[in-house]
Amino acid sequence: MAALKETVSVVESIDVDAYKYGFSTDIESEKAPKGLNEDIVRYISAKKNEPAWLTQWRLDAYKRWLTMTEPNWARVHYPSVDYQDLYYYAAPKSTPGPKSLDDVDPELLRTYEKLGIPLREQEILAGVETRRVAVDAVFDSVSVATTFKEELGRAGVIFCPISEAVQTHPELVKKYLGSVVPVTDNFYATLNSAVFSDGSFVYIPKGVRCPMELSTYFRINEQKTGQFERTLIIADEGSYVSYLEGCTAPKRDENQLHAAVVELVALDDAEIKYSTVQNWYPGDSEGRGGIYNFVTKRGDCRGRNSHISWTQVETGSAITWKYPSCILRGEGSQGEFYSIAVSNGYQQVDSGTKMLHLGKNTKSRIISKGISAGRSQNTYRGQVSAHRKADGARNFTQCDSLLIGQDCGAHTVPYIESKNPSAQFEHEATTSKISEDQLFYAMQRGLPAEEATALIVNGFVRDVLQQLPMEFAVEAQKLISISLEGSVG
Amino acid sequence: MTMLEVKNLHVSVGDREILKGLTLTVKPGEVAAIMGPNGTGKSTLSYVISGREGYEINEGEVLLDGENILDLEPHERAAKGVFLAFQYPVEIPGVGTMTFLKAAMNAQRRARGEEELATPDFMKCVKDASAKLGVSQEMLKRPLNSGFSGGEKKRMDILQMALLQPRLGILDETDSGLDIDALRVVSEGVNSLRAPDRAFLVITHYQRLLDYIKPDTVHVMAQGIIQRSGGPELALELEKHGYQDYLSEEAA
Ligand SMILES: Nc1ncnc2c1ncn2[C@@H]1O[C@H](COP(=O)(O)OP(=O)(O)OP(=O)(O)O)[C@@H](O)[C@H]1O
Ligand SMILES: [Mg+2]
Repeated sequence: MAALKETVSVVESIDVDAYKYGFSTDIESEKAPKGLNEDIVRYISAKKNEPAWLTQWRLDAYKRWLTMTEPNWARVHYPSVDYQDLYYYAAPKSTPGPKSLDDVDPELLRTYEKLGIPLREQEILAGVETRRVAVDAVFDSVSVATTFKEELGRAGVIFCPISEAVQTHPELVKKYLGSVVPVTDNFYATLNSAVFSDGSFVYIPKGVRCPMELSTYFRINEQKTGQFERTLIIADEGSYVSYLEGCTAPKRDENQLHAAVVELVALDDAEIKYSTVQNWYPGDSEGRGGIYNFVTKRGDCRGRNSHISWTQVETGSAITWKYPSCILRGEGSQGEFYSIAVSNGYQQVDSGTKMLHLGKNTKSRIISKGISAGRSQNTYRGQVSAHRKADGARNFTQCDSLLIGQDCGAHTVPYIESKNPSAQFEHEATTSKISEDQLFYAMQRGLPAEEATALIVNGFVRDVLQQLPMEFAVEAQKLISISLEGSVG
Repeated sequence: MTMLEVKNLHVSVGDREILKGLTLTVKPGEVAAIMGPNGTGKSTLSYVISGREGYEINEGEVLLDGENILDLEPHERAAKGVFLAFQYPVEIPGVGTMTFLKAAMNAQRRARGEEELATPDFMKCVKDASAKLGVSQEMLKRPLNSGFSGGEKKRMDILQMALLQPRLGILDETDSGLDIDALRVVSEGVNSLRAPDRAFLVITHYQRLLDYIKPDTVHVMAQGIIQRSGGPELALELEKHGYQDYLSEEAA
């Protein structure tokens, strides 16, 4: 069994040196004092110059959070987090809201360059017909740059840091913030509501098809600093937007906390495509360090025939606790969830989705591909439910797991609940190993074991990769190979 | 000069010996047919030559162009020109046929220190070869062998052989599952690959295939060894009398 064994041992021995975003940026930063109390909440709110209603909103969340306990139903194990031993706010010192890229600290620009994220619009314009992407770059607790704002502005699209939207479009923020993920939703979402720092705000006006892809890149840099970003996307009637999210962090021995909230609102006939490539630092081969990723993502298909689709490629984080969900409220609305979750080393993934069918003739589709290697544990947890009034609700779920090696685990935990007799839910699940037949077949044709494995794995996740925008799919494919092989790239 | 030389090969799986001192030589340009009853070890021989895991080599050697290849990984043997058309070709879901073909061709070229094929050249190779073998464009667009019929899979394997241009092509019951027309097309494909510096090992149960692919030598394999070797007439004799002579001889 030499080749298969070799592949497995290669896979097991990796990820330490494979994580190529593990550098840190040496930049002076301004931090709030360590720990969490009402003063810290006020400090953050004051830093952002927030109106009184928002300060109060945060304080209410904080008080609520004090009464809550961390959820423990997920299949993840970790030492408890000391919430008083963290910084809740860190900002690069030189950037109190840069006006243009020229005001951005060059060190920061270099960081994003190293990460391969285009912050200079002209670079892209000068290129030959590349597709353009507008970028919001969030570094620790603040947004450091947002590109293509003017051009988007001409289309009526608002794309800016949420802290800026609070100043410039308070009525929109007030109306929608917390309307999908209520302040009281869960431990991490409530914590986020109290201390959220920055994130992106998107508003697409009626009937507008957003002229380019929007994206946000999150980077945690500071030590012992939690990142609590908050993203709010509103697609007004008949509009369309495709949004991409990427994340990386330096290698650190300690665990870092990331507790984000993302809220999407789609009104009548609107469509939001939300894609994530999550590549937070996963920890080293001994399981030291890595990001704790406790994220609440939810989309509200509020309007008739609205459509929200989540696509995620999860390769990073020591712990992932994440269930991007859809509330299918509007009649004829549709929700989709496409996921690739790769775990290796000592990573623990507990991820999935919820599709809550409230309206008539609502449809949802779930395709989940879990790949576990090393000593990792990979759980799909999904809930599909039909409300009493959800006549004709339909769901299709397909959940496939692929195991590489002997020491990892894959688990599938579906909850299905129907209060309407006309609802039709279908669920398919498979668990497989990379078969020796397939591996030998590919090797007989000349492919080395690693390349053969990567090819077979890419075949396994193809249905989901196809949902990603082209460039992202190529990135994701590379990322999956790197996460699994260590020696590639 | 010999191309393939199998010398006194003893192979077991678990504690069961399957090949029991098999010896066989094939010269460049030669088409050698191997016939023998079910469960004799013909596929085992093809796997051992191509380097599949799970077989214990207790004794003997396999030389390709004078070099012992038993210590090489399957992909290294492939790059040296060993090709196996499988008795049961494997489905690889989600992997595009074209992607797979290109990856395989380029992996072999890289291993031999040759330049990779540019996409237009690759497309042209595939187009020509697939037209000859009656492999449709529609099949090429699907994931490798996924949902292909038995006969389609066999054709796809021969297409791969045509693209990879091996030194030694081992065909393990390529005729099984082929309809009459496909048998002719596939045989023609193999015949057109016959060349002075290329050899074939054709494993089959039926004379019918050998009517199309005319062997130079025929070897009767039973109970883990080559029992008898001869010319094409040996296959006709087997067709009449079956294997009982060889089996009883061993039992006696
Ligand atoms: N992995 C294995 N484990 C156990 N037994 C095996 C294994 N591989 C082969 N065998 C046994 O070895 C013997 C030879 O098998 P092999 O497939 O080589 O026969 P064959 O000559 O190709 O037969 P057929 O004409 O039916 O294709 C059979 O009895 C088979 O059951
Ligand atoms: Mg056989």
